[in-house]
Order: sequence, then structure tokens, then C-alpha cells
Amino acid sequence: MQFLYKLLGIRKAGPDAEPPTPGRAVRPQSRLKVGWATDVGIVRSHNEDTALIITAAHDGDGALPAVGLFILADGMGGHQSGEIASSLAARAVAHHITREFYLPVLVSQEPDTDQPALKEVLVDAVRAANDMVAKRVPGGGTTLTCALMLDSRAYIAHVGDSRAYVVTAEGKLDQITHDHSLVDRLVELGQLTPDEAAVHPQKNVLYRAVGQGGELEVDTYMRTIADGERLLLCSDGLWGIVNEAEMAEIVMTSSSLQAACERLVVAANKAGGRDNITTILVEPPADKGA
Amino acid sequence: MNKLGTQHLEQAGVRSQETSEHEVEAPEESSVPVSADELGTRHIAPPAGAMRAESVPSQPQSRDSVEGRLPDGHMLQGRYRILGVLGFGGMSAVYKAQDMRFPKVVRLCVAKEMLNTATDPHVRAMIERNFEREANILATLSHPGIVQIYDYFSENHRSYLVEEYVNGKDLEVILAETEGFLTEAQVISWVVQVSEVLSYLHGHEPRPIIFRDIKPSNIMLDNHNRVRVVDFGIARLFQSGQKGTMIGTEGYSPPEQYRGVAEPRVDIYALGATMHHLLSKQDPRLEPPFSFHERPIHKTNPTVSHELSEVISRALEYDINKRYGSAEEMQRTLLSLSSARGMGGTTAFGASSVASGDVIALWRFACEDEVRSSPAVSEDILYVGAYDHNLYAISAKDGKFLWKYAAEGGIASSPCVHEGRVFVGSSDKLLYAISADTGRIIWTCPTQDKIWSSPRAAFGHVFFGSDDRHLYAANIHSGRVVWSFETEGEVRSSPAIGDEAIYVGSEGGVVYAIDTGGQARWRFRARRGVTSSPAITEDMAYVGCQDWFVYGLDIRSGWSVWRYRTGGPIVSSPSVAEGLVFIGSTDGHLYALDADNGRLVWRYETEGQVTSSPAVGAGAVYFGSVDGSVYSLDVKTGNLRWRFQTDGPVTSSPTVVDGLVYIGSTDRYVYALPA
Repeated sequence: MQFLYKLLGIRKAGPDAEPPTPGRAVRPQSRLKVGWATDVGIVRSHNEDTALIITAAHDGDGALPAVGLFILADGMGGHQSGEIASSLAARAVAHHITREFYLPVLVSQEPDTDQPALKEVLVDAVRAANDMVAKRVPGGGTTLTCALMLDSRAYIAHVGDSRAYVVTAEGKLDQITHDHSLVDRLVELGQLTPDEAAVHPQKNVLYRAVGQGGELEVDTYMRTIADGERLLLCSDGLWGIVNEAEMAEIVMTSSSLQAACERLVVAANKAGGRDNITTILVEPPADKGA
Repeated sequence: MNKLGTQHLEQAGVRSQETSEHEVEAPEESSVPVSADELGTRHIAPPAGAMRAESVPSQPQSRDSVEGRLPDGHMLQGRYRILGVLGFGGMSAVYKAQDMRFPKVVRLCVAKEMLNTATDPHVRAMIERNFEREANILATLSHPGIVQIYDYFSENHRSYLVEEYVNGKDLEVILAETEGFLTEAQVISWVVQVSEVLSYLHGHEPRPIIFRDIKPSNIMLDNHNRVRVVDFGIARLFQSGQKGTMIGTEGYSPPEQYRGVAEPRVDIYALGATMHHLLSKQDPRLEPPFSFHERPIHKTNPTVSHELSEVISRALEYDINKRYGSAEEMQRTLLSLSSARGMGGTTAFGASSVASGDVIALWRFACEDEVRSSPAVSEDILYVGAYDHNLYAISAKDGKFLWKYAAEGGIASSPCVHEGRVFVGSSDKLLYAISADTGRIIWTCPTQDKIWSSPRAAFGHVFFGSDDRHLYAANIHSGRVVWSFETEGEVRSSPAIGDEAIYVGSEGGVVYAIDTGGQARWRFRARRGVTSSPAITEDMAYVGCQDWFVYGLDIRSGWSVWRYRTGGPIVSSPSVAEGLVFIGSTDGHLYALDADNGRLVWRYETEGQVTSSPAVGAGAVYFGSVDGSVYSLDVKTGNLRWRFQTDGPVTSSPTVVDGLVYIGSTDRYVYALPA
């Protein structure tokens, strides 16, 4: 019950709302703080974005780290295949990671080689999603950016042009993922400026997406989210419309992660809301040593 | 409406009006409203094989967009009888037809139909005029490598080009039908013919003609094995994307084509991309855009010569000014290659690994037996142990003998210098603390078995392992054991010291993280012994294992983040620099892996097992091999910088200090080499 309450508490109010406990100091809880929001935007008729979030906390003897799984997928394809693809992919990834990583960890504390490496779990999860989407949603596809958080460590798997950023303590956005888009490649080669890319007629062309079939190449990253930093996942409905300075400003000045996510959506809609908008913000647990 | 893998195939490449070189402007932007929905819609590049089956692969496959395909027997202009469809796409179709003006013979031709979808009558008329102007130019071209244009006309909202019918196959089909690889000479002979055509087009007066869409499927081989270039990019005039006109095929087009540049060197890039595809058999439409340089041809096709690869790389330069200046220049270079003269490729890859200049040892110092221990250098003094039971102190500058201390057993453990003391273990079961200046003994610390593990000092303690299955922490001043930690199996791995813990492997196959109080924080169980010593960073612990794997472990939990399988057991210890993990394997290679995800960045093959642990300094990585050599490789590329031959297997690991590499060999010498 306590456990559930904690989980719900994170969602609803965020950490900032908790009053200080008088008397004996309470050891900081090892858990992740989360905010998220998704919105159809102004122009589109339906939301092809999917967000899927699982968090777990454990205290007691041999406590496990705080675990969070954050999945953001932005679907594409006609006849509703976009939203079907993104939802299916997110669920397939969550299923694979839970089964291959979290369930074994619950009963075995000593890591060994029987457990696949984390990177392999993530890559296999996205590949499983790729196979599933290719089979069940022909003509549909989706981006997929997935972060598995273990305390302050983020393990990220990524395909497409949804993004993962670190919001630094100084309020800068540090992009972790690389978009698998044609224009991003051209910017990398110095053939387009970011401003030209933003209005390029082919800015929406991806060269890699979940659902394309075949052996999917999946990018993986790992990052430590330091004290004062946050992890931000978002779809191009946010980053393609609201500039990074404004995004960072909103995150830094909001009263909670949840408030920040909602304000980000409002900002994107104010700027035209041309696409679906999804954001997820995560803050790692306070340093256990502190 | 946007179907995956179909929509944009024909629209790679953007041309803006001011750079077009031989035809008039595209329709004005304002004339075609673009809905917001179209703006925000995403496409994905073609999935594998999407275009393979089509004989006109540059066209997408949506069947419903060309409504009312012409039925067989249909007559165009009262002259061309439709015999069948050769291919179709979103805005166009290609028919096989018979020219009835020659009733006595069967004169075949190809009718290429383009749909004019513009709704505004002015725009439609403009497109038609542009088409006729371009077709007029094409019809005047005359070259044996170019398909002859016979006729052009517009009727019923469609425009037609009537061309010579080529009886043959295109190179994409030929490539697909080839088992193994096409020969270099074959590819060069085709490409030389295509360059000839490009020279002709680029030299066209008054303005050069840019083909814009060179790719294997646009290069036909007729029944006489002659190349014909087909399908000029005239179809772009009919495409609906009104923000500039688009043509070209993703994968073959150069980056500047997406900025609207159309000039001769655009075609040179596409020809380079075509050669890359033909020789590597990797379809660029299925690879990340502009990734040719990350996919050198010899990786998939080891038979390709170095010289041809270089020609292709130059054609594929992203910077247009670094490419061949003209098709003619490229053609000349191709013809000068030995493989073009039928001599076959000369220098295969891998054969050219010649050291750049010989390395001469600054000094060498003779011990009385094999040196397997790795030298430690502190304050210009080098300390090294040998199988002759001695710990030697040598002047690092000139190799002069300073002192030696004789243990009771051989020393394979590498010394560690800390606060004026040298710590070293011996097969006599003792750990020794010796004065760094005088070589006098300060204390010994006994264990129950041989010591191969190299000690490390920190937090006022010295940590070391023993074959008695313990990791010890001893006070550096007194040698008193503060705690010992029992392990599964002998501890021959050397401990790595982190902020909060000590990391060490054991022959029982377990990697341990032990806190400074001697309590286990986590264990990671591998499949075989861990002799390799962990290398640690802020976030990760890296270690090799005799189960052939290199592991990247999360330093807080011990969970494996990634693993990489080499071709043999690993006893070498990794070192980490510049985002790479370097480690040797008994399969004979030194590996450089991406520290974040364990991907292979490069590997270098020696002629013997690599049990030595690499050291990194000043952009180079140094290590020894059982083949007797000390190697220096470039950190980024893995290219050989130099190689130094000793007279025995080198299992010692190098130490790099102040521009010198110190390393021992089983030939009994310690060497000082210029880094």
C-alpha cells in the first residue's frame, strides 16, 4: 500500500509538494521523480504519439536501485496505423525489458552472464518491437526512444527522431540522441544549417524507424544524470516547434516536473501545435551518500 | 496518405531555380497551396528491397496514382501502339510500344509517360512548355552511350517521351544476379563508359547538362555489352513538391544536391556511389545517408584493390571541391589503374601494413631471467621485477643500474611505487615493501600462496591478491593486514581502486567490488577465470575474461551493460582512453571498443597472442605480443605507427612516461623506446 502510494505520489504532486518532516530526519528515498504529458496538438486530428512509463522502488535488505522505464514513440503511416504502431512498439519494448531485465533482477541479486547485458536487452527489445510492427502494422512505423534508469544511470535505446536530452544544472539542453533523419545527416556534414534543416522540404524523411522490417540498427547511449540534472524525452512535436532555449527555460522555472511537461505542451501549441506533442521528464534520486 | 517506403523515393534532391543550368524555372511556389498536414507528415526511407522488382526503380509503386494506365493496343498520336507496361510509379509509367510508322518491320520503342497533376491551367501549361523545351534538348543529343530520344508530345494531361528501346538489363539487375562479387575490371569498364557519357553531357553547349540521377538501375547493358545511360531526370518537372524541384535517388545523391546545387560534380558523386554499390554489394538506399566513408568497400569485399577504393573515395567526397573536377579526369584515373589494364588488383588491403620507420631503443637493460613484470616509473627511476627473483631499480633516463633486491622467488607481479616505497609480490608468497631510494627492505607481508597479482596503493593501504584466494589490504607503513577478503579462486588479477571501492577479478570467474572496509558491494559472475585487471571510469568497470568476452559493467551495480566476444580467452587488462576500451586477446588481436556500447571500432592483428596489457599515451596505444614485438598503433584508426622486435615473446605491459615506452621481454631485457 505504502509502495503504491509512493508511486502515485510521484505522478500527482511531484517531489516539491512534499512538506518537510519535522523531528527525526528521514533518509532520502531511492526513487525517481517523473513528469509527463502528451497532447494531440492543434492541427492533427489524432495523436500518433505513445508514452509508456514504469517505475519501481525498493528499500530493505539488499535494496535494488530505483528503476524507471520511459518509452516514447511517435508513429507514422495512414489509416491510424501510426498510433497503432507507436503503441504496439512501446508495449513490446516494455514487455521485453521487464521480462529479460527486471523480473530476473527481483530474484537474483548477483549479476552474472546468464543475464544478457543491458545493452543487449535494450537492443533486442527494440528489435522485437520492429518485428512486431512490421508484421502487424504493414505500412506503419514509429520512432522509439527508450530510457531505462537505474538510480542516476540512464541506458538509452533510440531509433528515429524523437529525442533524449540532459537538462543540465545550468539550464542548458544537451542532446544525447542523434536523429535518424536525412536533414540531420546533412547538418552533420555541414551541408545545411540547423535553420535550413528546420524548413527543408525533406525534414520529415527518416532513414531508420521501427517497423521498417529487416535487421534494425539500434543506437544505444548511456549517461549519468548528475544531481541537479534531468532527463528529457520528447517527440518532434516539441523540439521541432519550440526552440531549445525556451524548452530549457520552462524546465528550469517550473515548480515541478509535471508542471514543466504541461507547460512545454502549452508552448508547442502556442507556436502552432503542428504535430502531436509528448514530453517525459525524469529526475534521479538524490545521491544516496547525501 | 503517406505510405511507408513509397512516397518520397523519387524526390531525393532539391534543386532551386537559380542553380538550374539548362532549363527554365519550376512553377512558382505560391501557386500550389501546401496543407499544414502535409508539412508535418513524416516519411521513412525505403525499406529493404522496396524497389528491387521494378524495372523503373526510381519511381514509387503506388498503383492508384496513375489512373487509367494505357491498355495494350492503345495508340498514341496515331503512331505508337502500346505493347505493355515496363514499369510505373506515382507520377509516371513506362510502356513498351511499337512505332507503326514503319509498318513493314517491328520497330520497338519506349514511351515514357508523365502525369501533369497541376490543377491551375497556367501552371499546367508552364510544366508542358518546360517539358517540351527539355525534351527538345535531349532529342538533339547524340552519343552511343545515350538512349536516343525519337519524339515527344503532350496529350490528355500527360506528356510523353519516346525513346529507343534497349534490349538488355540494367546494372541493378545484373548485380542482383551475380553470385559473389563483380570483378574490378568489369566495373571499371562500365564506369569508364559512363564517364564518357558524362563528359559529353557536361560539355554540352551552351550549358552543361547534368544527369542528376546516376545509379545502377539507370545504366543499361545492351546485348553487345555496351553501356547505355537511360532515364534523364526530366520527370522532376512533373513532381508535385513545389518547394524547388526534386529528383535523384536517396543514397546516390551528393549532399549539396539537397541544397539545390546542380553542376557536373553532382554526377561524379553519384557515379562514385554507384561503384561503391556495385563493388560492395551494399545498397546505399538501405544504409544511413552519406555513410560511404564509414563503410569501406574492402570490409565486405576484400578483393577490391586499394587504388580503386581511393578513386571511389575521392568521387564520394562530401566537399565538392575535393572530388574529381571533371568526369574526364576521373575516367583518366580509372584507366591508369592496373586492374583496368587487366592486370588484376595490385595491393590488397592488409598487405600494406609496413611500419613507418624503424624504432631504435634508447637503451636496454639485461636482467638475469625473463621479464614478465611490467615496469613502474617514479621520479626518473624504473622498477621492474624478473624471474631471476630480483627487483631492479634502473635509471629511467639511461638504463643505468641503481640497485636490486633479491626476493626468495620469481617476480611476475608488477611493482607499485607509493610514498617512497616500492611494493611487489613474489612467488615466495610474500609481499615486499622496499625503500624506493636505497632498495632496503621495510617490511614483508606473508600470504599462504604465490603472489602474481600486482599491488595497488591508496587510502594508506596497499591492496593485493594471492593464490591463497584472498584479496588483502595491508597498512602501507607497517605491513599489517587490515582485512582480507575471501574469493572464489586465486586472485591473479590486480585490484583497481575507485572512489569508494576496490575492483578485482578471481580465477573462480567472479569480479568483485569491495568497499574500503572489506565488504563486498557486488559480484559479477563470468563463465571462466578473470585474470585481467579491471579498468574503471566514473561509471563503468571494464574487464576481460578467459570466457573470451570483454565486459562493460555498471560500476554501481555490477550489471553487465555490454559485452564483446573476441576470438580467444583474455588475460590482458583493458585500458580506457578517448571513449575507447583497448584490450588484447589470445586470438592475436588488439581490440579498440566503444566504451559506451562495446561496438568494435577497430582491431589489429599481430602474429602471436596478446596477453600484454595496452598502455595509451599521446594519441598512440602500446602493447607487446607473443610474436616478440612491441607495437605502437594510432589510437583512432588502429594503423601501425611502429613495431619493435625483441628476441622473445613480450607478455610484459608497457609503461609510457615522458615520451618513452618502457617494456620488458622474455629475452631478459627491459627496453626504453621512443614513444
